[in-house]
Amino acid sequence: MPTKYALRINGQNVSVETEPDASLLMVLREQLDLTGTKYGCGEGQCGACTVLIDGRSVRSCLTPVSTISGKSIVTVEGLAKGDRLHPVQQAFLDEGAMQCAYCTSGMIMSAVGLLNTRENPSDAEILHFMQGNMCRCGTYPRIVAAIRKAGAAGKELVR
Amino acid sequence: MTTKTDLAAGLEPERYELHTPVSVIFESDRRGFFKFLGTGIFIVCAATKASALQESGRSGHNSEDNLPQEIDAWLHIGEKGEITVFTGKVEVGQNIRTSLSQAVAEELCVPIESIRLVMGDTQLVPFDMGTFGSRTTPVMNLQLRRVSAAARDALIALAAKQWDADAAHLTAANGKILDSQTNRSASYCDLVKGQQITQLLPAQDPLIPATQWKIAGQSVPKVDGRDFVTGKHRYPYDYKLPEMLHGKVVRPTSFGATLVSADTHAAEQMPGVTVVRDGNFLAVAAPTTADAEKAAASVKAEWKSDPQPSSQELFEYLKKNQTPGEERDSAYETGDVQKVLASSGHKLNSNFNISYIAHAPLEPRAAVAEWNGDQLTVWTGTQRPFGVRSELATAFHLPEEKVRVLMPDTGSGYGGKHTGDAALEAARLARAAKRPVKLVWTRLEEFTWAYFRPAGVIDVTSAVNADGTITAWEFHNYNSGAAGIRTYYDVPNQRIQFHPVNSPLRQGSYRALAATANHFAREVHMDEIAASLKMDPLQFRLNNLKNARLRAVFEQGGKQFGWVKPRAAHQGFGVGGGFEKLGYMATFVEVSLKPDTREIKLERVLTAFDCGAVVNPDGLRNQLIGANIMGIGGAMFEAIEFQDGRIVNNLFSKYRVPRFRDVPPMDTLLIDRKDQPSVGAGEAPILGIAPAIANAIFAVTGIPLRSLPMAPQLTAQGYKFS
Repeated sequence: MPTKYALRINGQNVSVETEPDASLLMVLREQLDLTGTKYGCGEGQCGACTVLIDGRSVRSCLTPVSTISGKSIVTVEGLAKGDRLHPVQQAFLDEGAMQCAYCTSGMIMSAVGLLNTRENPSDAEILHFMQGNMCRCGTYPRIVAAIRKAGAAGKELVR
Repeated sequence: MTTKTDLAAGLEPERYELHTPVSVIFESDRRGFFKFLGTGIFIVCAATKASALQESGRSGHNSEDNLPQEIDAWLHIGEKGEITVFTGKVEVGQNIRTSLSQAVAEELCVPIESIRLVMGDTQLVPFDMGTFGSRTTPVMNLQLRRVSAAARDALIALAAKQWDADAAHLTAANGKILDSQTNRSASYCDLVKGQQITQLLPAQDPLIPATQWKIAGQSVPKVDGRDFVTGKHRYPYDYKLPEMLHGKVVRPTSFGATLVSADTHAAEQMPGVTVVRDGNFLAVAAPTTADAEKAAASVKAEWKSDPQPSSQELFEYLKKNQTPGEERDSAYETGDVQKVLASSGHKLNSNFNISYIAHAPLEPRAAVAEWNGDQLTVWTGTQRPFGVRSELATAFHLPEEKVRVLMPDTGSGYGGKHTGDAALEAARLARAAKRPVKLVWTRLEEFTWAYFRPAGVIDVTSAVNADGTITAWEFHNYNSGAAGIRTYYDVPNQRIQFHPVNSPLRQGSYRALAATANHFAREVHMDEIAASLKMDPLQFRLNNLKNARLRAVFEQGGKQFGWVKPRAAHQGFGVGGGFEKLGYMATFVEVSLKPDTREIKLERVLTAFDCGAVVNPDGLRNQLIGANIMGIGGAMFEAIEFQDGRIVNNLFSKYRVPRFRDVPPMDTLLIDRKDQPSVGAGEAPILGIAPAIANAIFAVTGIPLRSLPMAPQLTAQGYKFS
């Protein structure tokens, strides 16, 4: 039964009508045209669909839209402040931490989620936290370097 | 087999690189296209046949009427100074948009930001076979440099004419022409204003030598990187059109199945749903993805299929099912292998098994198709936009000029996106629904209905003298392919043969093709010979190798790696190297073995690579390390399991690919040969990692590893690989 949901996405209140079991990923991409959040596997294995919900990184493909009313959702489109990129986005550019870049938005959102909870994480903490994000092009060492750099630069919380 | 020329001659056409025949490719409205771009300077780069014509005297300025019929690339400088370059090559993460832009910026003397590359749009770009075989850098980079140099010369000539000056005193820099005699200068846009010049590329055009490069040769960042970190870039999976429906294919229950019956009644009753049944193609289109999934699930289909081999019996099957009559396709013989093997006192034989693996690009296949009358437009992720155009034209009985394929920069391919499956499916549904249709594959579909890197069996037999000289080399590859099958070691007696097999699974190109399997077998067998002679494996290679550039990657890589350092008891070093797609590579690996837990760990990797003059050092390092990381998957744990015409491990939860923790410290050594042409780097760097790991583990355990992937054998023998 299609139901109306009031969501808060990237600081804006939006209303969507969908089945309660529809995934947040599908709602973002198909209803709100926020396609920066990617489909990669649909089973929470690759991390391409990662978004922030109340500041924590979450796999949007496994998140039913009925469970997130009233929570604050941030997608990769909502990270930059005007022209100024979030430090994690900037660090990915500075380190050239991408090839095809299809995984990049999920990597960035996971990294922001990590830095929200852990200031200046160690490499071991980065590896542990990022293990669920997949890059088939194999840019992992650069992604670690980018997160290390953004982490060392100080905290910029995103909720 | 020792000179550069001989090695290059060894680049045999690959059976599994999916080619399309080159046909007449120019649409009737080509002239209209030139008019569409308006005034400015066009520089056109002709392909071989047209170049020959031009060399025979038809050079110089051309009108639109006598443009050559075969064109490789072209460039346009508009009235606002905007530079647009048209190429059929596509961007799948190899960062070729950046390195090609560097080539143009260098020769045209403009900032890289002023260049826009139109890539892979079959209506706007010249015909191109596709982006594979590491051909973009050696061919297209050079073409664009030539086109850009010609454009620069045309601008100088224009300025000389306008100023009545001697062209010899004019130079180009930063988007301007400067007269050193009068200090007068003019920007490119001022010069081209009101002009309409179309010029064919001159036969002789001096290019800026690599030693004087200022933009090429530098670590320029990804040109549109910002669009990727902000989520702005739209991949094929993100494409969208007004009124668009979403498609879903009802897949057969097994490979090769035929549709016996289909009850589509329930789906047809759903609002806005279109059902298509066309032969074995059964699919639906609906207003949303959820609706399409629901409609597809409601279809009751009955499929019929024949018994098929499974992965358990794969290697036996491959040796028994050679395609008749094709055995001699790539046979290579020199000297007398049989005689030397029969008389030699020191012979070795090893047999290798190579599993099917999946490309598993993170972006699965996706397409959006739209019909306008009998004109079809498709946006899709493919390495062969013109090949997909051809597939669509054939499938829908259309002339090719009725089909336009556009390729937005795509979420990788690795050789896996040569075909237009999703494009065909979306187009078929769109024709029935009379609306644009988007069709995206799920991960399960990608793992099942795409094609795989071929599995194979390889038999190697060799003979060697006591002094470490290889005297005979016999090498048979069943099914995995002929790429990289020839040895670059100097052996007087050789017999090398590829045996095609009727593959049980759909197979096709994969990054470096069969060169990975062939390098694995060759380089592992080299270590086995060295061990049988108690010789150092690196020294043994060098004893049998004359090619200077290949020796250089082995020697310089070994030096940087610290190959001659004394090793601890539980520390193993391994090396694997070779020549492929014009690049020379050697990869060095260190592993450790914990004797108590029998745990084997990858400690570090170094790849030395020579691809001529380096166009973008940072981009090249990204490719080298990325290729090695991807290669760890195929080397250690990736293998497609199948049974009864179905893929068993058809999700990422069942098919392990390399992740963050699988990556040891990785280093690169770039041998920047500014005296040599630039060649590709997307493929060859993947070749060394598997044999280097195998050889390092062999060094520390004494266990020869002759299967890809290797982890299952290690597990079976009581070792743990982490």
